[in-house]
Amino acid sequence: MTYEDHLFDLCQRDDRLVVMTAENRAAIRGLPDRLGDRFVDTGIAEMTLVGAAAGLALRGRVPVVHALATFLTLRAYEFVRTDVGIAGLPVKLVGYVPGFLSEANGPTHQAIEDIGVMRQIPGMRVFAPSCNDELLAGLGDVLADPHPWYIRFNDKPARVEHTDGFAIGRAETLRDGDEIALLVHGTLVGQAVAAAEELERAGRSVRVVNLRTLPPLDIAAVLAAARETALVVTVEDHLNTGGLLSQVCELLVREQTAAEVLPLGLDTWFRPALLADILRYEGFTAEAIADRVMTRWHARKATHA
Amino acid sequence: MAPLSDSELAQRALRVREHCIRMATDGGCFLGASLSCVDLIVHLYARVLTFDPARPDAGDRDVLLLSKGHDVPALYGTFAEMGVIEPGRLANHLSPDDHIYWHPNRAVPGIEFHSGSLGHLLSVAIGVALDIKLRDGGQKVVVILGDGECNEGSVWEGALVAAAHRLDNLIAVVDRNRFQANIETEQLVPLDPLAEKFRAFGWWADTCDGHDFGDLDRVFDATDEPRDRPAVVVAETVRGKGLPSIEARADRWFCNFTHEEIAQLLRELRGGGGSDLTSEPLVVR
Repeated sequence: MTYEDHLFDLCQRDDRLVVMTAENRAAIRGLPDRLGDRFVDTGIAEMTLVGAAAGLALRGRVPVVHALATFLTLRAYEFVRTDVGIAGLPVKLVGYVPGFLSEANGPTHQAIEDIGVMRQIPGMRVFAPSCNDELLAGLGDVLADPHPWYIRFNDKPARVEHTDGFAIGRAETLRDGDEIALLVHGTLVGQAVAAAEELERAGRSVRVVNLRTLPPLDIAAVLAAARETALVVTVEDHLNTGGLLSQVCELLVREQTAAEVLPLGLDTWFRPALLADILRYEGFTAEAIADRVMTRWHARKATHA
Repeated sequence: MAPLSDSELAQRALRVREHCIRMATDGGCFLGASLSCVDLIVHLYARVLTFDPARPDAGDRDVLLLSKGHDVPALYGTFAEMGVIEPGRLANHLSPDDHIYWHPNRAVPGIEFHSGSLGHLLSVAIGVALDIKLRDGGQKVVVILGDGECNEGSVWEGALVAAAHRLDNLIAVVDRNRFQANIETEQLVPLDPLAEKFRAFGWWADTCDGHDFGDLDRVFDATDEPRDRPAVVVAETVRGKGLPSIEARADRWFCNFTHEEIAQLLRELRGGGGSDLTSEPLVVR
């Protein structure tokens, strides 16, 4: 099933839902005809898009708002914070091509701080699906939840099988292991699982935890990874500030839990290219992730020896 | 209830101005910007908006949004006079135990949405207008913009979008007091001819005297004629209206007077001569 079909089904079941966009229709091209007046396109006007969504939500609607992730979260940021955030309105912001998915667009289009800036708004929640299956599995819960949400849109085919049903605030453990824990979200989940398989072939026992919502973060899953393994690795196509690494480290400090943490994220904008080439260039293929983890593992063993 | 006569409206506006002046001490308020739109707000609630003071959240009400926000003393004063809130509640101004401060908070009955960050509520008004259309409702949405606020790009972005969606249930009113925060609009970022700018953006537009109830009747009656587009009323106003001592002064936007000065200003409002203001003029922002 496509995102569009699933969203249309949800709209049919809940007449509070209104679909909006700033002329970014790629994933919802058929909805104008199917939804009629419940589809609102403001044109390329992200501030007005978000302000109008707040106005609709004020009247009891649940707007599902689509725009490119970087413009939705940054151009319209003060509207998200001030109109949606302060009022705590159930506006659902769907950011297209977040992180590495902006591919060759270049830094102007790279949403690599989107999770960080969204979670700075009190009450805002973030859903980072790893594929179309997970996007559809979580969409209904996210739209039904009374909080404002930012959805890091990802409708790529699944690279791993998701056996754990979706629940807000609950991580999915894709592999179990007790030496190394890979904490990951979104686009890089498939690479992380493949990296874990490589590491297992090299004799390591590796856990992979998919943090699907951040926040709310699955506190128990992160603390268990810190306590039960020797090395925690955060893997994300996001800046090392504000995203998964930040949330994990803040939690560990708050809980007075010591852990060795290897951050695999971004310190600046990535090299624009097609996705496979970005992964190679930036060191996020399964092989590169496994290499970086093994390098740390060996250095660590040398230190601890 | 019989409609209020012009003189009754003028009396109400005078009392609202007194409320505003009383808020301009012990921390102060944006008095100049509040006094310019008192007549407008009093007129809107008395003669333009469908609004029941006893049921400020009734589903069939018209919606008024105050976009510039810092003129909220005029709205609180109007609500106090209409019985939406207890007049005594205005004494809670700036108390942390209530929600009455320098910008609107919708925890106060009658306040539809918070504002203060300029350039936001035209877009929120668009959302409300779209919802009313989805319900086939006949209500209207009125959003009051400051003229200085029209420096914000989001006002013009919203103006384009509202025209594109032919929101004939949306009326913007510009409180054209010809001041930014501390500088005359035409000396900083000129806005004239403002009505023509909105017309060029696809709006119905007219100008009126924002202190003349007859002229306000004329222009809002005209907005009731069938239109296929949003309407804007550019209401020509005077900052600080009612207090010649501070009228049209760039340095009396935010005011924090002594209790003696407040007593003088209340007398001045009732025609008791000019006030001898010694408080430091405040330049904020």
